Amino acid sequence: MNILETESDRLLVAVRGLLAAKGIATPPEITERIRITDGGSPAQGARMVARAWTDPEYRALMLSDGTAAAEAMSIPMRGLPPLGVLENTEEVHHLVVCTLCSCYPRAVLGYPPFWFKSAAYRARAVRDPRAMLKDWGTDLPAAIRLRVVDSTADYRWMVLPRRPAGTEGWTVEQLAAIVREGDMIGVTIPKIA
Amino acid sequence: MLAPGTKVRVKNDWPELRGPCHIRTPHYLRGETGTVVRHLGDFPNPEDLAFARPAEKLALYHVRFDQPAIWQQGKAGDELIVELFAHWLEAA
Repeated sequence: MNILETESDRLLVAVRGLLAAKGIATPPEITERIRITDGGSPAQGARMVARAWTDPEYRALMLSDGTAAAEAMSIPMRGLPPLGVLENTEEVHHLVVCTLCSCYPRAVLGYPPFWFKSAAYRARAVRDPRAMLKDWGTDLPAAIRLRVVDSTADYRWMVLPRRPAGTEGWTVEQLAAIVREGDMIGVTIPKIA
Repeated sequence: MLAPGTKVRVKNDWPELRGPCHIRTPHYLRGETGTVVRHLGDFPNPEDLAFARPAEKLALYHVRFDQPAIWQQGKAGDELIVELFAHWLEAA
């Protein structure tokens, strides 16, 4: 059998059977892991960002230990790579890419968007990042330093964007609603609709 | 352990030319010079993990590079920050 030419459904059934037969993972464990993976979404990251914008103590925790900050919001992180959080400021803007594959903080952002895995994004993000950001409608002021974070190994990275002006007095729910996936990758910045 | 601020050069090594391998060092950084930002922790060597070999834990660093210097385009002052394992770094 050539596994490269095997139907993916049949291959999945075979692998799941082998995992159970060899005692590596039971069917309930696999079901639980799928449930946790499906629970990851940009809404989770947005909740963290909104809380960091309103709670200085939480913000400090998020920047020093992203995994602990996610767990504090009841996001399951056990067995996952450590989460690092990159803070955008008046001086520096972060952009995350994985040039080698598609490393992504799935627990807090869900499945990576299709473009994150594209060769075009992965090449341009490191080679010509400011022009690429312009294509996203993100015109970075010249005074702001751009820091491209190539996620090549054991960490997973998310961006803590800057809170937009005009959101004073908003609730965390209102704030979370304006934080998009791209804001936490760094291709866009949060905007008030 | 490399202290933050240490100048390092990424080894100009191309193990992919010697045979099957799994490496987490991007090609565009081989031979380039950067600055250690911080030690991120110690993690099993992915080059062994990928082949189910016993994997020694190695120091992993965040290393900063000058983006326009590496790509000959871009804006002065912009940076690349990359996770690199200790065995890929040499004194610069």
